[in-house]
Amino acid sequence: MSFPWAKQYQPQHPLMQWLDEKLPLPRLAYNAVGAGYPVPRNLNYFWNFGVLAGAALAIQIITGIVLAMHYAANAGVAFNSVEHIMRDVNAGWFIRYAHMNGASMFFIVVYLHIFRGLYYGSYKAPREMVWLLGVVIFLLMMATAFMGYVLPWGQMSFWGAQVITGFFSAIPVVGDPIRVWLLGGFAPDNAALNRFFSLHYLLPFVIAGVIILHIWALHIPGSSNPTGIEVKDEQDTVPFHPYYTAKDGVGLGVFLFVFAALTFFTPNLLGHADNYIAANPLSTPAHIVPEWYFWPFYAILRAFTFNFLWIDAKLWGVIAMFAAIALLFFLPWLDSSPVKSSTYRPLNRIFFWILVADVLILGYCGKSAAEQPYVILSQIGSIYYFAHFLIILPIISRIERPLPMPNSITEAVLAKHADAESAPATA
Amino acid sequence: MASDTEQTAGIEEGVRRRDFINIAAVSFAGVGAAAVVIPLVNQMNPSADVLALSSTEIDISAITTGQAIKTSWRKQPVFVRNLTTDEITAANAVKPSDLRDPQTLAERTKAGKENWLITLGVCTHLGCVPLGAAEGENRGDFGGYFCPCHGSHYDTAARIRKGPAPTNLVVPPYEFTSDTVVTIG
Repeated sequence: MSFPWAKQYQPQHPLMQWLDEKLPLPRLAYNAVGAGYPVPRNLNYFWNFGVLAGAALAIQIITGIVLAMHYAANAGVAFNSVEHIMRDVNAGWFIRYAHMNGASMFFIVVYLHIFRGLYYGSYKAPREMVWLLGVVIFLLMMATAFMGYVLPWGQMSFWGAQVITGFFSAIPVVGDPIRVWLLGGFAPDNAALNRFFSLHYLLPFVIAGVIILHIWALHIPGSSNPTGIEVKDEQDTVPFHPYYTAKDGVGLGVFLFVFAALTFFTPNLLGHADNYIAANPLSTPAHIVPEWYFWPFYAILRAFTFNFLWIDAKLWGVIAMFAAIALLFFLPWLDSSPVKSSTYRPLNRIFFWILVADVLILGYCGKSAAEQPYVILSQIGSIYYFAHFLIILPIISRIERPLPMPNSITEAVLAKHADAESAPATA
Repeated sequence: MASDTEQTAGIEEGVRRRDFINIAAVSFAGVGAAAVVIPLVNQMNPSADVLALSSTEIDISAITTGQAIKTSWRKQPVFVRNLTTDEITAANAVKPSDLRDPQTLAERTKAGKENWLITLGVCTHLGCVPLGAAEGENRGDFGGYFCPCHGSHYDTAARIRKGPAPTNLVVPPYEFTSDTVVTIG
């Protein structure tokens, strides 16, 4: 683990020396996120988002624990207890709005973190396990966010629970019993609300555990970098602290600025007005939409409007939606190019941006009503999404001619500096 | 018998009495652990009070021809519709073989009571409540029910005609306890 030139932890104070002998926790932190972790010297601001995701999780856990002190997970009073938090609890409005928008901020930084990984090939060997654990975290986040959204027991909460648990009823034969088992009833009710609350409280700590594995797996090969060239010697790296603690601090400031702007000025921008109406099992809102971070997947779910082969449309939709995420587990093996960074992959760079546009279009379709032209758009978008990973990526990784690459990180950095000084030089 | 084979095997190569004890102990513990999982999984199923709501009586005397009401059974919405003659004719004019989920109106109602269409108000796609039971709601392209969530259209016999839903609206188990009272469940 780590490089031979990594700085060694040397406690000066006798108390720290005593602690190091008994429980070397400061040593662990020093080696993981301190001066003992050598990091490539050329990371750009896209490498901030891992730390930002960790900060977002911490904010969610802290605000969530506080909210749980005032919330009541009972179908009869849940909605009113949330209103009680908003109106009566001291600073309750602030804590709840922070938790609501904190979830969105968490997804924003995680999506940027994922697309960073896609652009710079961070999922490639030797970091496949980092990527796989990341996809696990993403899945856990989606489960947690969904169950959290049910807790206020508004109209969107209730009907979201109905629709999402309805996915399971698409499974042939055992689907309906599974759905009833998940809900503890025939429709979402008190039993479902209670278990969702229990799991919503549990899962963030599971996420924190998988994050530890994610960082552990990352620290074995060390962080990737924008050139995709592995670290060769000491001059390619700088210690994590103070260099990247400072750089992450800048990013954290920007993150908190955006977070505060959302929370204080437009706290309901990303929510739905329908969720301020108490759950009514006899009336569905005219337009059911999930939270924005599920839109692209929701569009894929709804893209199947016709039966195909011997499988009906409903089951296809559910299969496609889960496959869209499961596909990411195979990414390290679908892309066989030895070059990691898209900086040196002219073809992959083009298709990366097309994929970004495709996901944005799918997101827009997922937000819109189930009518034309959004149905056909989401069908095309879904086909392209799968084609990107299953056809385009395997082909371009074979036929692409990478651009000439520098020999080392240091060479790349120095060439960039020379460029900057002597105007347009050739690479 | 098993111990016989074990003993003969033991003479041959490396299988000892301790191996038997290891396997027996781990198997015993494994079966015990699996047995404990059963109540932990089963507690998730509907509890007795939820199941106790499984029968509901409805008075249908006030529902005039062409009208529908929404009621509730097992916490799920139920539509009770008094079909008009036109709606019955429209439903019978369709060849069942052309349908996604082939059923005739007669199969979905009780003999002699063909005008009473009783279904769950739960779209078979992902469980939204379709529109069309209340006055003035959108009844879709086929004059029955329309689910606004993902655009499923049901006809006057509440059969799926267009959209993503795989099957017709479910007809719950029910009986006419008298001419004006229906017991669902």
